[in-house]
Amino acid sequence: MKQLHELTIKEVHDGYLNKDFTCVDLVRHFHNRIEKYNPKLNIYLALNDNALTEAEAVDKEIAEKGITRPLLGIPFAIKDNFLTVGITTTASSNILKDYHPQYNSTVIEKIKNAGAIILGKTNMDSFAHGSSTETSDFGPTLNPWNPDKLPGGSSGGSAAATAAQLATVALGSETAGSIRQPAAWCGVTGLKPTYGRASRYGVIAMASSTDSPGPIGKSVEDCALVTEVISGKDPQDATTSPSPVEKYTESLYAADLRGIRIGIVKEYLLTEMREDVKNLILNAADKLRLLGATVEEVSLMDPHYSIGVYTVIQRSEVSSNLARFDGIRFGHERDTFCEETKRRIMLGTYTLSAGYYDAFYKKAQAVRTKIVDEFNEIFKTYDAIIGAVSPGPAHSLGATKNQPMFGEMEDVLLEPSSIAGLTSVGVPCGFVDNLPIGLQVTSNQLKESTAIKIADCFQRHTQFQLFPDLDKTI
Amino acid sequence: MKATPLIGLEVHVELETKSKMFCGCPADHFGKDPNTLTCPVCLGLPGALPVPNEKAIESCLKIGLALNCHINSLSKFDRKQYFYPDLAKGYQISQYDQPFCSDGFVMLDSGKRIGIERVHMEEDTGKLQHIELEGEKVSLVDFNRSGVPLVEIVSRPDLSSSAEAKEYLKKIHEIIRAIDVSNADMEKGQMRLEPTVNVCIEDESGTHYTPLSEIKNINSFNFASQAIDFEIARQIDEFNKTGTEKTAANKTTRGYDAVKKITFLQRTKEEAKDYRYFPEPDIPPFILENELIEKLKGELPQLPEQIIAGLVDLGIETKYAKIIQSNDEMLAIIEKYKGDKDIDLNKLGSLLANKKIGTKGDIKGEYQKATRVGNTNADELKVVVKKIIADNPSIVAEYKKGKTNVLGFFVGQAMKETKGQADPKTLSEILLSLLAGKISF
Repeated sequence: MKQLHELTIKEVHDGYLNKDFTCVDLVRHFHNRIEKYNPKLNIYLALNDNALTEAEAVDKEIAEKGITRPLLGIPFAIKDNFLTVGITTTASSNILKDYHPQYNSTVIEKIKNAGAIILGKTNMDSFAHGSSTETSDFGPTLNPWNPDKLPGGSSGGSAAATAAQLATVALGSETAGSIRQPAAWCGVTGLKPTYGRASRYGVIAMASSTDSPGPIGKSVEDCALVTEVISGKDPQDATTSPSPVEKYTESLYAADLRGIRIGIVKEYLLTEMREDVKNLILNAADKLRLLGATVEEVSLMDPHYSIGVYTVIQRSEVSSNLARFDGIRFGHERDTFCEETKRRIMLGTYTLSAGYYDAFYKKAQAVRTKIVDEFNEIFKTYDAIIGAVSPGPAHSLGATKNQPMFGEMEDVLLEPSSIAGLTSVGVPCGFVDNLPIGLQVTSNQLKESTAIKIADCFQRHTQFQLFPDLDKTI
Repeated sequence: MKATPLIGLEVHVELETKSKMFCGCPADHFGKDPNTLTCPVCLGLPGALPVPNEKAIESCLKIGLALNCHINSLSKFDRKQYFYPDLAKGYQISQYDQPFCSDGFVMLDSGKRIGIERVHMEEDTGKLQHIELEGEKVSLVDFNRSGVPLVEIVSRPDLSSSAEAKEYLKKIHEIIRAIDVSNADMEKGQMRLEPTVNVCIEDESGTHYTPLSEIKNINSFNFASQAIDFEIARQIDEFNKTGTEKTAANKTTRGYDAVKKITFLQRTKEEAKDYRYFPEPDIPPFILENELIEKLKGELPQLPEQIIAGLVDLGIETKYAKIIQSNDEMLAIIEKYKGDKDIDLNKLGSLLANKKIGTKGDIKGEYQKATRVGNTNADELKVVVKKIIADNPSIVAEYKKGKTNVLGFFVGQAMKETKGQADPKTLSEILLSLLAGKISF
C-alpha cells in the first residue's frame, strides 16, 4: 500500500472518503517529512503556521458535506513568488526578506477557494532569475535524486518538493522553462498553461509578457486538475483570456492517440545534445506512434534565435518591473539585489535606452512575431510538437558560476514556446546517469486539452514517473 | 528686426471618473486624508497589475473628438520610466508612439487654426509633502492621487502671442467642461499648463530661432500668459546678447515664479531624462472600433463653438451669442422664442446679454416693454421728469440762472430712469415745459 506522501490528488480524496486517514493525518505526515528532509534539501523557505487548523476544518467539512470542492484538503507547496497573506513572500530575494504581503494572488485565492491547504513557500531563483535555484539569496535547493545536483529552476523548490514528496502537488510559474525544466530535472510532471490562461495578479513579476503560473505534480492528471482550478479570466489581470476554461480532466484516460498528429522538431534534437538523451526522445516518439498518433519530423527556426529574443525582452521587462523596489518602501536598499538580478537590470536598462531600443527591443519583438507566425503555421497541420525539455539531465551544484547565460542555454528548447505564449506539458521520459529526462508536449495557445491528452496517455503507458527514495539518495 | 514667438502648449487635465485609471480606488482625491484612497495597484505593490478604466479612455476619446482629432484605430499604453519617490512603480503608464487621438485643432476667434498634435491618456503620480515633523525635516508621500486618470493635450507651436495662448487655453477649458469629463478646476490642479516657447527672429542676417524652453506646471491662465511674455522678452534679449540659436541639444526646462513674475532655469537638455519607453506588457493593445467612436460622437453635447455658430445663424450678433452660450437659462429663452414672429431674436439676445431683462418671469412681457420704440406716453414721462426736477432743486436753480447746459443732465437722468426707452423728442419737450413752468406740477 502507498504511503500518504505518495498519493495523488484523487488518491487523497479516496482516502478521505474511505476514512483511511484524515486531512490532519496527511498534514502531520508532511510536516514530519519536511522536518526530516527539508534541512538537507532546502526546499521550503517558510511554512504555513495555520496548516493544521485548516486541516481540522477540512476534516469537519468532509464529515458534514463530503468532498464538494476539487482541491479540498490537498496539501500544496507554493513557489515563493505567489503572494500569500500570513506567510512571508520573498521571491528568494533579500530585498523582500520578511515581506508580509497585504493580499493573496488570484491563483492562491482560487486554490484556497477550492479547498487547498498551503504547506509552505518554496525556494526559487531570486526573482525567478535563473534555471538552477542557485541565484536564491537563501542558498540552492538540492535535487532529491542526487544532492550533488541542481533541481533546475526557477521553480526548483516546487519541483523538488513534488519529487521529494514533501507536498501532494505544487505551484510554480514559468517565464521560459521555469516549470518544465525543474520538473524535468527532478523527474516530475509540469504544466505551463497558455500565457493569459492563469492570472498573474499577485505573482511577483519577472517578465510580464511571458509569466505563466502553473502546477508541478506527480502526474498529468494532477496537473490537469489544478490547471482547471487556477485558469480563467481575472478582472485584475487585463492579459487573461476571456475564453471559457475547458474541462481538462475530460481529456484524461484516452485509450489511444489515434487521429492525433504530432511533429517532432528536427532542430530541437540539437547537435550538441547527448546521444542517450536524443534516443529517449526518439523512443518517446515511437511510443506515441504505438499509441496511434502520427509522428512526423517537422522543421522550425533554429531555437538558438529564441535565446536572443527572449534575453532582450525579458531583461527589458525585468529592469522595469524591479524599479518599484526603490529602496524607499520595502525596507532594503537596491544593493541587496543579487548579482544575477543586478546584471539583468543593467542589461535591460541598456536595451531600452534611447538609441538602442530599435536595435534590441524592437528587433526582438519583430523576431518574436516571426516565431509566433511559424508556430501558427505548424499548428495548422499538427496538434502538438514534441522535443526534449532540456538538452541533458540536471547539472551539478556550482554549474552556474561565471555562467550568466546558463539558464538561457539550458532553456533553449523551451524559450520558443514561451515567447509564443504556448501551452506545454513536461513529462518524464526516462533516465540517464540515474537522473530523469523530460519530454515536452507543446500545443497551440489555449489547446491545453490536446497537450494534456497526449502527455497523459503517454504517462499512463510508460513507467517513467518515479520518485526517489530519499533515505537512499540523500 | 522682426520677432515672431512660437508657442506650443501641453495641457494636463485630470478626469473626473469615479475610479482611478488602473484600479478601483476612488479618483476624487482632493482634500482627502493622505493615503486613504490606495490599493496594491496604485501603491505599486509587488504582483499588482493595472486594468484600464474604460470610462476614462472614453473620456479621453471624447476630448479628442471635441478637439477635431483623428482617433487611432490601433493604440496602446507604454511605460515611461524614471525615478521619483511619488512614482510608486518606478514608471508611469502613459502613451508614447500610438496615442488614442492625434491631429486635431482649435479655432481661435480670429479664424486662426491652432493644431493639436496629440491627445493621450496617462496616470497621475502621488504627491510629496515636505514638512517638519517633530523638529525634523521630512518628505512624506501621499499616494491618493497616484493613478488618477490624466489626459494630456499637446498643441503644435502655432500660437504666436500670450493672448492667443490664453484664448486657446480658455477654449480648451470650456470644451472640457462642456463635454463633462472634468471640471478642470485650476485651483484643485485639475488642469495644469506647460508652455513651450521660442522666438523666430528675422533680421538683415537672416532667420534665426532661439533655443526652446519648456515652462513647467503652471496653474493659472494669467500665470501662463505672464510666463510666456517674460520668456519671449528674455529670449530676444538673450539672443541679442549671445546670438545663440536653437539646436537639437539646447532645449531647457524652466519654472515660473509667480511672485517675482520671472521664469528660472530648472535643467538643461544634457541633464534630461531618457525615459526608456516601451510598450506596457500588462495591458493588451487597443483596437478602437468605428462603432465605439460613432457612439461617443453621438454622446458629445454641442460644443461652445457650435452653440455660438447656431445662435449667429438665428441672427444674434456674435458678441451676444458668446455670452448667451455660457448661460443655460439664456439659451433656454432663445430656444423658446426662436419661432416667435413677435420677437426679434437679436434684440432679445442683446437684452439678455446686457442684463436689460432678467431670465425669470414674463420674458415676453418684459421684452415688449423694453423694446417699445420711443416711450412717448407723455403722462408717464411727465411723472419721471417731475420726480427728477423735484429731486434736484440746486440744478434747477442753476438752469434758471441761465446755465442751459445742465439740460443734458436731466435728459440723461430721465433716460436712465426709463432704461433708454423714452422718446428723446417728447422728453425734451416735457422737460423744457416743466422747467419753464409752462406745465404745472
